[in-house]
Order: sequence, then structure tokens, then C-alpha cells
Amino acid sequence: MSGATDGATAQELVELALQTATLPTVARLAERWETNLRWAANALTTNGEMHSRTLTVVATAPVEGGTAVATVSREVAGADEVPAVVAAAETAARSGPPSENAAPLVEGREPAPDWAEPPQTTSIEQLGATAEGLGTAFARAAQESHLLYGFAEHIVTTTYLGSSTGLRLRGVQPTGRFEFNGKTADLTASAWVGASTRDFRDVDVAAAYDELRTRLGWAATTFELPAGRYETLLPPGAVADLMIYAYWTANARDAEEGRSVFGAGQGATRIGDSLSPLPLTLRSDPDTPGLQTVPFVDYTASQDGTSWVFDAGLPIEPVAWVTDGVLTDLVRNRAHGAATGLPATPPADNLIMELGPPGSIMAAGLGGHSASLAEMIKNTRRGLLLTCLWYIREVDPERLLLTGLTRDGVYLIEDGEVKGAVNNFRWNESPVELLGRISEVGASEITLCREWNDFFNRTVMPPVRVPDFNMSTVSQAS
Amino acid sequence: MPDLDDSFLDLPLERLRDAALSRAAELGCSYADVRVERLRGVYREYRDRALETATDSQTLGLAVRVVREGVWGFASDIALTAEVAARLAERAVATAVVAKPLTPRLVELADEPVHADARWVSAYEIDPFAVEEAEQQARMLELSERLLGAPGVSHSSAALGYVQENKFFANLAGTSTLQQRVRIQPQLTAVHVGETGFASMRTLAPPVGRGWEYLTGTGWDFDAEVAELPGLLAEHVAAPSVTAGRYDLVIDPSNLFLTIHESIGHATELDRALGYEAAYAGSSFATFDQLGSLQYGSPGMHVTGDRTVEHGLATIGYDDEGVQAQSFDLIAGGTLVGYQLNRQMAAEKELGRSNGCAFADSPGHIPMQRMPNVSLQPAEAGPSTAELIAEVRDGIYVVGDRSWSIDMQRYNFQFTGQRFFRIERGRLVGQVKDVAYQATTTDFWRSMEAVGGPETYVLGGAFNCGKGQPGQVAPVSHGCPSALFRRVNVLNTQSEGNQG
Repeated sequence: MSGATDGATAQELVELALQTATLPTVARLAERWETNLRWAANALTTNGEMHSRTLTVVATAPVEGGTAVATVSREVAGADEVPAVVAAAETAARSGPPSENAAPLVEGREPAPDWAEPPQTTSIEQLGATAEGLGTAFARAAQESHLLYGFAEHIVTTTYLGSSTGLRLRGVQPTGRFEFNGKTADLTASAWVGASTRDFRDVDVAAAYDELRTRLGWAATTFELPAGRYETLLPPGAVADLMIYAYWTANARDAEEGRSVFGAGQGATRIGDSLSPLPLTLRSDPDTPGLQTVPFVDYTASQDGTSWVFDAGLPIEPVAWVTDGVLTDLVRNRAHGAATGLPATPPADNLIMELGPPGSIMAAGLGGHSASLAEMIKNTRRGLLLTCLWYIREVDPERLLLTGLTRDGVYLIEDGEVKGAVNNFRWNESPVELLGRISEVGASEITLCREWNDFFNRTVMPPVRVPDFNMSTVSQAS
Repeated sequence: MPDLDDSFLDLPLERLRDAALSRAAELGCSYADVRVERLRGVYREYRDRALETATDSQTLGLAVRVVREGVWGFASDIALTAEVAARLAERAVATAVVAKPLTPRLVELADEPVHADARWVSAYEIDPFAVEEAEQQARMLELSERLLGAPGVSHSSAALGYVQENKFFANLAGTSTLQQRVRIQPQLTAVHVGETGFASMRTLAPPVGRGWEYLTGTGWDFDAEVAELPGLLAEHVAAPSVTAGRYDLVIDPSNLFLTIHESIGHATELDRALGYEAAYAGSSFATFDQLGSLQYGSPGMHVTGDRTVEHGLATIGYDDEGVQAQSFDLIAGGTLVGYQLNRQMAAEKELGRSNGCAFADSPGHIPMQRMPNVSLQPAEAGPSTAELIAEVRDGIYVVGDRSWSIDMQRYNFQFTGQRFFRIERGRLVGQVKDVAYQATTTDFWRSMEAVGGPETYVLGGAFNCGKGQPGQVAPVSHGCPSALFRRVNVLNTQSEGNQG
């Protein structure tokens, strides 16, 4: 099943929207195909295959005092539904107040080379090998008194973005995630591994189950530890969850207005402040190998609240947000950039943290010359090894203090070896403050975060050592 | 009360039903349902005096769910033609075929009477989609402007979201339902930026199952709340930081509703208790073997689940499995006595009829067990909030929700709020700040010494309860009175984190 019910292609629907429009307009058509498997206790629970086609029209209108804008999104099954979407956007724009984010629409000269290509798709068959691997793993787990839980999802979104100013862009974004959770039959021990993937060809269910078995084996011995500050090894996925939240908060306008952790008061930001004594880089780049993302703005708002409606189609450039441990940039749209004399910095849908200058981890190959997590464990006299952070919420925006829980395996390390599993904790920490306290950064790797992987799937992160991670109270959850 | 929307009724609903269900029957499905769903949404956000976000959305699609050879299959699309409906039945069967080797336990569904040609519309007066954009904008900017013009307010924001949800459901047994509901969420925030930092405070008005009338005086007094907000924010900015320790808490419904949601609502979902959510949202400490025996809280604790309360966000006529809406007990006399169910789990645990908690948030998602309105009942002739405060020698009165976090078995939680008032010798003596309260669920509810009377009862709620993979979002309400809790652990958030 593809294409509109009346046979119109995605490109034709975009052209029709632009032909119908009487105002400066952006038309974005997103073809989304997705499929998934979900399982619990060694049995499949749900599955599905879904398709949607969403037309988003951004209409801009001259109004008293400036330019107004409105965005209307609807599922469209055929060409006959397009004029109503355009009309709704234009009506809303004409009745709106002038926008503070106004900027001329991005211009294009000729269609992108791949503009004419059809949308890419996926189907349940894409997960066939994974399903087969799960069947084998379920049988092994039953023999070993383990219970397996998890989720496999593959989404392919093809975006066609056109504008009355000549843009004709196509973007393809495959997104896959594989989450595998193993528990002992008495549910007292739990372990988790996850992976992001573009096509599931690199997902090895058997290897993932082996890793779960190792970790469930660690939990054969347990220790009860009280709340307190512990030397803690955070694995790459946990670091990703913390850094993604900081990324989502890195809005230049909020910082200049003094209502963000990145504000310095009196209209200034903390750009130029040292956040870490280590030569850390935090950056995003749509061309990162294995983490490629659509290289132009095809969203209308970012998580930090910045509006991008006027900037659709703007190229997304690599940006280093932190360089050599120093905050070097914040997220700003073109209107705010023009107002402050700085370039727009649309955020790419990926995030990379590495030790050294931007790109050093890629130059050295993933892993580089830093210690692996296994080596960091060996170099630990006494500390905790986490698996995941969970239920992360903002407690104090002034410091970006976050709270959350540990989940699916906290392990005690003594004399360079994992000695057993420890109870879970509630923690309270600020990712910005943590950057200043990290004492060791390991080898960065492609990783799947746990808390935010519904929304953010592409990260390269290192494991890190924090000498005094704040475990605020004990959680009884296992 | 408005009628079902003609533009939804004009869709070829019967033709889609007949095409999907007949094809499913031909393919040997023992169960099949078809759902046509339309979601219309509007969101406006104003930052100071400017419109920051103006988004109108509509999702319209068709879903077919089948049980074939005891295995679920599901498929959905957006094209509303008989040909596509039949093909979705085939694709749903195809997913069931892939799933078959991984499904050792065959699906069975609890019986439900047939509800043929049923219709239901939620209780609201004015369709917000029929109100002129200019009128809506004027109202939101008027309220925002009042905040912005007040002393001590550096910035304001105003957000307005509303949704119309239409569903057509039919299954092979002969049930056929047509439903419509409307919900709305206005929110205003005042921000203070000073030399030493910034602070914000927002309105307590909950999202509700009402229409535009909510902003014009029915169900909430926004003018009165906006008038007092700057003064409360100024007091908060000047307030001393709390001293960490154990305090008696009088918790206002504007805060307690969220604690109920997290520590009772999610913990009494049977799919969590059975482990179906274990890898994601989590499981529950309230395991099935404790049904009827777990001392959840103090004897005065009576918690109900319902999908029937007027203006409730989870209120509906029939759920997404064709089960009629009901009201039922979850906790009575402080003891766990019930769970939230769908038809599969009701059959699996031999609990009789489902209590109607199946919900899918869009046509592209499969129905799962979702929360009904879960509410703490007030004490008949119980105390007022002032009378509860009078019972406290050394405590804190907690108002409004802000930050929330709870572990994956719903034991350990931590909540903050919009404002906190110190209680000394039974009287409020001004605000404190940097407060978070932290507890284990059963310790907390067992420490509940008194429940307020009916006049303290407020129906709170949220638009954005998340659960499941793929993630689904559900609106849900929680009613509760003010309540008094003894010796709860209070943190000072300033001393949390950073280098000790």
C-alpha cells in the first residue's frame, strides 16, 4: 500500500499545496511507515504495521506590524483533501499577530537530485530475522529460567519539503531500536541491553541475550547499599540520557533572557564558560557515519521551545556546543540569530560526546585511544556500575537539576571486578554540573539511550566516571 | 449539548466496517474489530505578547485488529476505502502469522454484551473549534497581559490546547459504537528574572473534558487565579529555603492528583502487575497475588476507577474493545481490591467482565489497557483544608504540581510543586521554596491520617499520560480531596546534586 488513494504521488501533493496557496508557504509531506514487535515473559504480546501520510502547511501572512504564521497538519489520503489544509493554514495565518520568529522563507533554486524518488517503506518482514532470533532466545531463556521482555521497532519516514520560494527537498530517515530486557524467573534481578539501528541487519539477538545472561549472572550475588555519594561508572546510554536533556535545554533566547541554566544574567549567556576541566566535545552533525539525519530543517519546533516554522529547509550544519570543555554555542533560529548578530544553529537529530577536539573520535575510529568500559571497571577500586537511568524529570531549571532512578542493574565493583548487584537508587544530579565533575571519559560508541529513545535515537557517547554521584534515596524496585 | 459531528458521520463508516470484518471472517479470524478514528487538535502558545506556536492538526485513519489462530494481528492506514479496509484485514493477518511462533499462550477475550448502534457524546457546552480564532486569541492575550503587567513579572506565557476525538468501532460480534468527546487545557505562567536567578509559577486550572465555556467562567475562574498569581510568585521569590527533614504535609488536590496518578493509577494497571509493561513503563509492587490483602494505605483510603464521571478526561461511553464504561473500586478501606482491565486480561485472570479500560490514542496504535479516571474519595462530612492545616504543628501545605518521578515498580517517588506554605501550630506562616517530597508508596498512603470532605474535592488531571511501545499518550482525570500525611521526608533541592 503506497501513494494516495487517487494515485497522487507525495511530490504531486506538495506541488498541489503550493499551487493552491496564495501566501508565501511551505508544504511538507511526510510518508511514515512503521512496524514493530513487542514481547513479555518469553512471548509476543503485540505487533503491528502502520502507515501514515501527513501534510503540513506553514502559511505566512503580512499583518499589521509584521508577518504572521500558522501551521496546519493533517493526514491526507488524496489530492482532494489538500486545498482544505492550505485554506485552514492561510485563514489562521491571516488572523494571527506578527511573529517574533519571522524571517523570509528559505529559498531554493532547483529540486534536489532525489526529489523525484518515491518514499522508502518498511514492513513486518523487515523484522523477520529478529523474530526468528527471538524465538530461539525465548527457548533458551525458558531452559535457563529467564524471562525476556522487549521491543523492536523500525520506522522509515520520507519527507518531501517544498516552498513557494523554490525549495524541493527530500529527506529519508530510517529509525530502528531494539530493546532487550532479561529477568530471573523470580523477578529479583533484571538486565537490559539496547541498540539503535537503521535497518535491523546489525541486530544480533543471540549476542544480546548472551550479554543479558552475563549481567543476570552478576546479580547472583546481591548487596544492600544505603543512599549516599558513590564513585560511579555511567555507561554510554546513561550519559546520553543526561546530555540529551542538556541539549534540549540549550536555547539561546531563554539563556539571554536569564531563564535557563545557560544564562549569565544581564542578557548574557554562559558561552565561553568552562563547563568541564576535561577537553570534552559535545556536538551534532547530520553527516555522522551511522547516525545520519535529515540535513535540513524539517521540523517546526525543537524540544527547547525554539520555533523553526520560518526556517523549514534551512541546511543543518555541524555545530560544536561544547569544545575543549567550554560552552561554545547555543540553539537559535534565524530570527533570533539576526537579532543578536549570530548565525542560526538548527540542531541536528543526533548528539556526539567525545574526548578531544570535534571529530577526534571519528578520526581515531570509534573507541579511539580511550579506555573501554571493561577497562574502566578494571581500574576501579570501589564503585558502582549503572545500566540505565529512568524517569528523568527536571527538579530545578536554574541548575538543570534532574531527578530519576537507576534501573535494570546497578553493580558493585571492588578491586577491578564486578562483585554483584546492588539495590536501585533515586538520584538527583544536574548534567551541566556533572560535566565539571567527570574524572574519566572512556571510549565513545554508538549507543541507545533508555529514557528518551522514543524521541532521540542517534547518539555517540562515552562511558564516564563520576567520583561522587548523588544517590539520594534507595528504591525498592528490582 | 452538541451532537456528533456531521463531517465524521459523513465518512463511509459502514462500508469500511463491512469490508474489513467480512475479509477478516473469510481469513478465519475468530475475532476482529475495526476502528475509524479522527483526532482534531489545536495548540496555541504565546510568549509574552507574541504568538510563538500556532498548530492545527488532524489525524484520521482506519485500524483493523484480529485474532487468528489465537494470535493478535494489527494493521492501520489512512485511506478510508473499502479496498484498503479489506487489505488491512489481510495485513493484520500477516502480522499474526509472523507472531504465531512467538505466542505460546493463545488469546482469549472476556465476554461483553453486544452494543449495537450505540452513540455517546461527552458533556460540553461550546465546541472550541467553532469559536473564532480572534476571540480565543483575545482571551489568552488578555490573561497573559495581566500577568505581564504585574509587579515582579518579567515574562509570561500562555498556552491553549484542545482536542476533539471521534471514534467509530465495530466488531464481528455485532457491537457498533459512535462517540465524540472534547477536552481543553489552558495554562498561564508568570516568570520572574532577578539578579540572583529566575523562578516561575503557573495556574492550577486542570485540563478538563469541557469546551470553550471553561475559559469564560464555567468550571474555573481564570480571572481570579491570574489576579493572585503575581503576588504568590513574589512571595515565592522572597521565601526562605526549606530545611530538609520530616514534616507533616497537607496536600492540596492540585498536587495530590498527580501523586495518585503515579503511585495508585499506574500501580493498579493489571498489565503492569502481570509484567506486560516490565521492559518499559515498568511493573507494579501491587502484584496480583496481593489482590484483596495488600494494605495499600490507611483505612480511610477509598480509591475508585471510573470512565463515567462528567468532564473526566478518561470518560467515554464505550472503550476501544466495545466494553461499556463502568465505575469500580480499586482500593477500599485501605486494601487493594481491584485492577484496571481489558478483555484479554479479564479472561486470563478469570475476573469476569472487563471494566472497560482499553484505549488507543490514535488510529495507528493498538488498544492497550489504559488508566480510567482514578480518584481518591472524600470523607463524608470530612474536614475542610483549613481544618486539616489546624491539625498540624510543624508542617507544609503543598499546592500545585510541577516535577514528578517514580520508579518502575511504583515504590519510590519524588514530587515538587508550584508553592509550599509552612504550617506552624496549625497556621500558615508564609511560603518556603526548594521543596521536594520523597516517599515509598505504601509508607506514604499508610501515613494518611485524614481525608478532606467533599467541599475540598477537585477533579484534576493531565493530557499526557504516557505508556506502551510504541508510545501512546492518554488523557486522564483524578479527583481528590485535600489530605493530611504525617512525617513525610522533605528534601531541600538546593542541597541535592552538585558536590556535596
